[in-house]
Amino acid sequence: MSQPASRGFGMPRPDAAANGAAAAEEPPSGPPPLEAGDTVELSEEQQAQRVAAMLDEFDREFVGLAPVKARIREIAALLLVDRLRQRYGLTSSRPSLHMCFTGSPGTGKTTVATHMGALLHELGYLRTGQLVSVTRDDLVGQYVGHTAPKTKEVLKRAMGGVLLIDEAYYLYRPENERDYGQEAIEILLQFMEANRDDLVVILAGYADRMDVFFRSNPGMASRIAHHIDFPDFSLDELIRIAALMLDREQYQLSPAAEVAFREYVGLRRGQPRFANARSMRNAIDRMRLRQARRLVAAGGRIGRGDLMQISEADVRASRVFGSAGPGGRPPGPPDRRSAPSGGTAAASGIG
Amino acid sequence: MRITQGTFSYLPDLTDEEIAAQLRYAIDQGWAVAVEFTDDPHPRNVLWEMWGLPMFDISDAAAGLHEVTACRRAYPEHYIRVSAYDASLGRQTTALSFIVHRPASEPGFRLDRQDAADRRIRYSLHPYSAQRPAGERYASNGQGHPG
Repeated sequence: MSQPASRGFGMPRPDAAANGAAAAEEPPSGPPPLEAGDTVELSEEQQAQRVAAMLDEFDREFVGLAPVKARIREIAALLLVDRLRQRYGLTSSRPSLHMCFTGSPGTGKTTVATHMGALLHELGYLRTGQLVSVTRDDLVGQYVGHTAPKTKEVLKRAMGGVLLIDEAYYLYRPENERDYGQEAIEILLQFMEANRDDLVVILAGYADRMDVFFRSNPGMASRIAHHIDFPDFSLDELIRIAALMLDREQYQLSPAAEVAFREYVGLRRGQPRFANARSMRNAIDRMRLRQARRLVAAGGRIGRGDLMQISEADVRASRVFGSAGPGGRPPGPPDRRSAPSGGTAAASGIG
Repeated sequence: MRITQGTFSYLPDLTDEEIAAQLRYAIDQGWAVAVEFTDDPHPRNVLWEMWGLPMFDISDAAAGLHEVTACRRAYPEHYIRVSAYDASLGRQTTALSFIVHRPASEPGFRLDRQDAADRRIRYSLHPYSAQRPAGERYASNGQGHPG
């Protein structure tokens, strides 16, 4: 019986190790400790950690979100200062970085959380930086004794990285006192406290419901150091987000369509169930539908430009214009595209 | 008598940092880490009881160490080992296995000799601890395990 050359039994030989995992094992030599009289150049320190580059990328990728960016810069600065303090031999306790993201639908809570793991890993706070995204279903069991192992399993998977609990308020169901959600919260709290060094817990959800959740779970509120509120996007920011999305999908608006789209966003914002960037994503999807229908209906020969171009008619065909116009038809059935309970994954196009 | 089994068996007991480093290595290799315990450390007893399921989906050593600590708390007078299973094709076996916890006192083994036909001698190992029922073998306070 022959064995594969790469992975057999026996000790790896030094020469064979060069192409194996052992090559990467050389321990990184940390920066030298500093004497009391020494000084360091802060910007150089930042460069050395590639942190500045990452933060800039973060700024570029995310439109708006000023308070979020400010808080992330603060955290980055704190971790940098802490590391320098360590080199001077000063005490530097590990800060608690559990966070809570609140904001309206579609403001980028989930998207920012997914970037947080990578960022904190780069800053040296987390060892692996992977993101484990869960909702109530993943934490709460179905029968007595099921919840604790389930929650612990998830927490173990998240160790070394970020645990994102989307719509965390669903964990707590006050109307049912035998609900197992409370048990999950207790385990979560205990774990957050005891394993502070090993994972960062991020709760994300809508502000008002999160308030209710924290009011009924004061222990949770006090263990979360960073409450970050995601503001709604302004009209210009929404247009820029939509432009980014269109760009990424390789579509473009004709000049007239751009004007129409701006009008559309202005109208759509005023309507109920507006979900910020998620509504932009959905509006773009609908425009693509209408463009495809128009192209197919028209027939004939088309080129690359036609496939990329979204015309004014594609934008104007939206129901938003119809209901806003004078003598427009009555508002149609509930607008599917911004149902706030959609919640989690659809926000991915914000960045 | 100090039981020596598995990897690192002739080294002093590993500290938690050293265990974490080994776990990290195993996780980086893509091996599934499991925690097992027993109070019957006979060398031929290879199937120890499992502390929970093997951890297929962890990405950080702290999670493995967390389970080791939990197992120690539950079975302070048992042997506990960590084993790492390599599922890759061509290997499919335990790649690493080492003891991470042992009882405070280990009475060791007695060598039994049995006279067979033609002056042949059969040997067997008898653990002194096995004179007591399973679950009480190393427990000074008589606490058993729920299994």
